[in-house]
Amino acid sequence: MPAPIRLRELIRTIRTARTQAEEREMIQKECAAIRSSFREEDNTYRCRNVAKLLYMHMLGYPAHFGQLECLKLIASQKFTDKRIGYLGAMLLLDERQDVHLLMTNCIKNDLNHSTQYVQGLALCTLGCMGSSEMCRDLAGEVEKLLKTSNSYLRKKAALCAVHVIRKVPELMEMFLPATKNLLSEKNHGVLHTSVVLLTEMCERSPDMLAHFRKLVPQLVRILKNLIMSGYSPEHDVSGISDPFLQVRILRLLRILGKNDDDSSEAMNDILAQVATNTETSKNVGNAILYETVLTIMDIKSESGLRVLAINILGRFLLNNDKNIRYVALTSLLKTVQTDHNAVQRHRSTIVDCLKDLDVSIKRRAMELSFALVNGNNIRGMMKELLYFLDSCDPEFKADCASGVFLAAEKYAPSKRWHIDTIMRVLTTAGSYVRDDSVPNLIQLITNSVEMHAYTVQRLYKALLDDISQQPLVQVASWCIGEYGDLLVSGQCEEEEPIQVTEDEVLDVLEGLLVSNLSTPVTRGYSLTAIMKLSTRFSSVNRIKKVVSIYGSSIDVELQQRAVEYNALFKKYDHMRPALLERMPIMEKTASNGPTEIVQTNGETEPSTVEAKHPPPVTQPTNQANDLLDLLGGNDVVPVIQTTIPTKPASAGGELLDLLGDLSLSGGPAPAPAPSVPTSQPPFLLDGLTSQPLFNDIAAAGIPSMTAYNKNGLKIDFTFERANPNPNIAVITIHATNSTEAEMTDFVFQAAVPKTFQLQLLSPSSNVVPALNQGTVTQVIRVLNPQKQQLRMRIKLTYTHKGSAVQDLAEVNNFPPQSWQ
Amino acid sequence: MLRFILRFLLLFNRQGKLRLQKWFVPTSDRERKKVIRDMIMLVLPRQPRTCNFLRWKDLKIVYKRYASLYFCAGLEEQDNELLALEVLHRYVELLDKYFGNVCELDIIFNFEKAYFILDEFLMGGEVLETSKFAVNVSMEQADTLQETMEEYMSKPAY
Repeated sequence: MPAPIRLRELIRTIRTARTQAEEREMIQKECAAIRSSFREEDNTYRCRNVAKLLYMHMLGYPAHFGQLECLKLIASQKFTDKRIGYLGAMLLLDERQDVHLLMTNCIKNDLNHSTQYVQGLALCTLGCMGSSEMCRDLAGEVEKLLKTSNSYLRKKAALCAVHVIRKVPELMEMFLPATKNLLSEKNHGVLHTSVVLLTEMCERSPDMLAHFRKLVPQLVRILKNLIMSGYSPEHDVSGISDPFLQVRILRLLRILGKNDDDSSEAMNDILAQVATNTETSKNVGNAILYETVLTIMDIKSESGLRVLAINILGRFLLNNDKNIRYVALTSLLKTVQTDHNAVQRHRSTIVDCLKDLDVSIKRRAMELSFALVNGNNIRGMMKELLYFLDSCDPEFKADCASGVFLAAEKYAPSKRWHIDTIMRVLTTAGSYVRDDSVPNLIQLITNSVEMHAYTVQRLYKALLDDISQQPLVQVASWCIGEYGDLLVSGQCEEEEPIQVTEDEVLDVLEGLLVSNLSTPVTRGYSLTAIMKLSTRFSSVNRIKKVVSIYGSSIDVELQQRAVEYNALFKKYDHMRPALLERMPIMEKTASNGPTEIVQTNGETEPSTVEAKHPPPVTQPTNQANDLLDLLGGNDVVPVIQTTIPTKPASAGGELLDLLGDLSLSGGPAPAPAPSVPTSQPPFLLDGLTSQPLFNDIAAAGIPSMTAYNKNGLKIDFTFERANPNPNIAVITIHATNSTEAEMTDFVFQAAVPKTFQLQLLSPSSNVVPALNQGTVTQVIRVLNPQKQQLRMRIKLTYTHKGSAVQDLAEVNNFPPQSWQ
Repeated sequence: MLRFILRFLLLFNRQGKLRLQKWFVPTSDRERKKVIRDMIMLVLPRQPRTCNFLRWKDLKIVYKRYASLYFCAGLEEQDNELLALEVLHRYVELLDKYFGNVCELDIIFNFEKAYFILDEFLMGGEVLETSKFAVNVSMEQADTLQETMEEYMSKPAY
């Protein structure tokens, strides 16, 4: 058997491959050779073969058959073997494989090896990927090495200890004695890793934190020496001595000084010194300044120091270096809540950053600008932000528009200014505003009674210019429908009233109906607007004609409306004026549920919350967006118009098999709403429940619950009402894991009884971290039109400590408020 | 729990070929592939004079291009991005000192050495040694251990 080819030879050969297929062929050939070499238990070339395997693994090819070989290399006496073996272990193995446990003994032996580089390899591997069991077994060895006088080993042992503590926090205590004189070291490597170790301990245990507070003077001294010391070629970076150590010390000081007056005072001077003396021309100096600022803001520093810190950030904003500007904006965003006034001083610089070319900086500047808007600066800030909205990239427009609306709502100096601002947004970025803005704006306009004439006039004029931006067109149609009488009578006080006839208005609205630019939703708005004008205009015949034409429209939505309006004309004409009356002022109930409507008259929208046509069963995940759009829609669109997913997003066919009696599909289509009601028309009331609502109405007061708690996995449900449809409950699941090992490949599935519909959105992650260190969240939307008691069956699958776990459970303890 | 660690460090070139991957947190093969794919997709299209920081999921991504190689690190939320740039730079300096005017080919043909150097500089996502000289001294001494191995003299170990 000829000697296997050398690593570099193989690399050279593979690089000559001209196609992916050629490369794959070479790799397969070599892998086959390597496999047979492994089978022959060849000691001499094992190292070479594993090295080659690692190279091929980096190219993306499978290398799992080399895992055991790595262990054999680690067990070898040769340093070359061990070096490659440990590297292979770190690349190919992780604690999920049982194989890696076999390393424990080798590592233990190597930790006690006579050669420090072998000990170093063992410490490195343990500190990189040691599992909890390995850490438990070997913690004693690590602790021993932490006390050695060999600085090469001591620094590695310190970081290895950090890993051990992260994996097995209970072992923290055993490292305490060894920390005694860590800070008296001269060696920077040991010093740095010691500070990291101390930081980790202080972070995890309030007792340790209290214990280590006494180190503050020593840390201050070390930092001072670093700053004052002369040039040290070994540690110098652009004139600064050991920036890594400086930053780490600053971070530890931050933790020690937080919420502690004495410690904060003890570090005051050094922080001021670093803040004023650090050279800012290079990135390294700014890195230290940045850390200093973070520390100052977090501890109980005196106000002068805090102002100094914010001014440093302000100066960062003027720096040529983009990275520094970005970091400054991010930090200011964090401090704007606590030190609002200090940040306000830098407002103009921040606003200038809106014009920066860099996308990341622009975004940060926009967020910060919105945070700085208040009653005093609203006019000026809004001017800048609207200018930004005009010229920014499309990716920003939606967020910026939303931000403008929010800010305008909070701080508008006058109703007219408010409406003008909204108009400006709708006309310049109208296609980017969020769908839920339309109902919000409608509500706002309705409630600004004295501005109705002005508003409808401006909107009408905007429509004459441009009918392509759907949100604008929808709001305008609605307003014209409502206030068309003010429009033709020329009653506007705020500006020169325009002269327009009823026919001209109807021309515009009919134009919307036929235009290719109008979406079905928009058409719905215009048809309704036309109908409403029948009680406000005198040209009723024209309106009757339009309405009857659409009675045979292909668009089912329009058809239904037209048919119902027709019926209004023919059989229920006496009710028409009352039904189409002006909308009352909508009172915003700030917290619970949908807006209370003062009177029961309202839109003559049929409610089709239930599916009208049993939709085909389709792959749900890519329908999720459609459903969200539809459910979050406005008052004129029935909730489900096109096909909807009827399976929860993550369930496949198998869930149907397992969950027997619970059906996953939506209820059978109920009969469409009757053509015209008598005194309590069901569709009118349903239409009311989909009236425009404000975004921030959450369902306060629905208590959360624990749905599942077994084997360390706990799943809590929290509730919200989706708006605008109160028949939809939005449940967020929070999964936590109190065991020591994380749960991976975590999949949550749910099924509900026949009368419900369920939609499962994507989870935040499918790894539930151990020891409650993190939560996996996932959103479930449940449609419950018949207001039945909510029941759910859930299925959980995950991998825990290497084995697959599966469980089914019923959830019956939903609080009544979640489905009533 | 605040964590001040690097989660991963990747080196890849402009064609998206991976040259080094170091994971400081247990990550499955599938997750690794996804992260690598995402990083390449995020970083390669970046314009030359934009800032070196990105947000991706709950991490900050710090990247810097050195000649034909991108050095890309994933940081926790709490980390100091400006210092991370210094960490990347120091690693490049260490490689340069070891290989002498390091270029991508050195990393390709001696990838295991690039890993060994990294393991002398960082451990568990934290800086292990802050001295510019100590890392190379350790490497030289460890290399010597390899070379005195008999089989290395007569038959190179690779």
